[in-house]
Amino acid sequence: MELKKFIELFAEQFDDTASELFTPSTIFKDLEEWDSLTALSVIAMVDEELEKRITGADIRTSKTIEDLYNLAISN
Amino acid sequence: MGLIKFNGIGIHSMSVVVPKEKVETKSQNHLFEDEYLSKFIETTGVAERRIARKEVCSSDLCFEAANKLFDEVDISRDEIDVLIFISQTPDYKVPGSSIILQDRLGLKKTTIAFDVNLTCSGFIYGLYLAYSLVNNSGTNNVLLLVGETLSKITSSEDKSTGLLLGDAGCATLVNKNMKYGDSFFSLNTDGSSYKSVIIPAGGFRNISSLATLKPKMREDGSLRSDEQLYMDGMDVFSFAVSLIPKDVKRILNYAGMEVSEIDKVVFHQSNKYMMDVIAKKSKVELSKMLYSIQKYGNTSGVSIPTAIIEQKELIQNNDTFLLNAIGAGFSWGTAILKLVDCTILNIHEL
Repeated sequence: MELKKFIELFAEQFDDTASELFTPSTIFKDLEEWDSLTALSVIAMVDEELEKRITGADIRTSKTIEDLYNLAISN
Repeated sequence: MGLIKFNGIGIHSMSVVVPKEKVETKSQNHLFEDEYLSKFIETTGVAERRIARKEVCSSDLCFEAANKLFDEVDISRDEIDVLIFISQTPDYKVPGSSIILQDRLGLKKTTIAFDVNLTCSGFIYGLYLAYSLVNNSGTNNVLLLVGETLSKITSSEDKSTGLLLGDAGCATLVNKNMKYGDSFFSLNTDGSSYKSVIIPAGGFRNISSLATLKPKMREDGSLRSDEQLYMDGMDVFSFAVSLIPKDVKRILNYAGMEVSEIDKVVFHQSNKYMMDVIAKKSKVELSKMLYSIQKYGNTSGVSIPTAIIEQKELIQNNDTFLLNAIGAGFSWGTAILKLVDCTILNIHEL
């Protein structure tokens, strides 16, 4: 999966955040809507779309959306 | 191993007892913001839970549940050969609560009684143990008690567990009868993730001290001591979503069944979003799922019988059930079994 598509899918997990705020360098934990429940949606999305398992530690150590993308495609 | 088939063994009857004290999630706005609580209810499904009073232990809830069963069913106390008590919240470190319960329940002195230390997978493992013991000649009736008062080892200010967990106890009678037909179990363990759900101190690896008893502010804003339950909800979720659908497929293959042949599906009531994601991945129709999480929260090993009893009006005699649970460790299992002439009591309060 390309990074652009990953960012689109990542953004779909948010209800109230403007799409232009999602870029490779977005620090996703700084987004107002980010919380532990959004994290579950992101984990489910990666599982479904990439068939990869990302852990709680993966979420905690990633800063940007691109960091998470790199982990998701390398796991 | 890990895949087991039984014939002519089944669940004769079951009951659940919960504390009468109800805590509504919305009422916790002195600890969490209203917006967070609304989103929490929407995602997890937990609108209310039961929390035991200080003097009520898991064993008390199970004791009441067992008494209710003996009042209603045609199996007497004298006919119980084995008592299994599964809990993370026993009365004492020594002796096991099962030993005390043998006497409290008035069971005979030749009863085999023992405790098992498992969390949310406790009911599936307990059934497997009960079925295995009934499978032996000389053992006819097993009383399986699963009880938790996790509120006693949880911080109400913990973001993962503080709003999620409820207290409950259940009693299940397992016996022999050819009418039950075949039952199938798949049991699994991966201890490499044991730190994902843990009480880090207070055992013998890290003994209790003033420091371990002191509540500490955590990175995520939770206030919790090292002797209270920690759960990495993201880890549990990612593990469960990845592995449970595979286990469902594995047991269906073993039983030679299609998912369409299953009448009712009861997952451990972990959190509604997680249950529904797993159901979708497992190709289970949501209309077949039974839930109790809305009214009782995540009651650990008691949640499967709680959901069965809570929605018993949806059950037909001879329905084929698929049960699944994952708990700390990780420890997880799936069972396929029929409920045949099963006496299902209402949920009672203590």
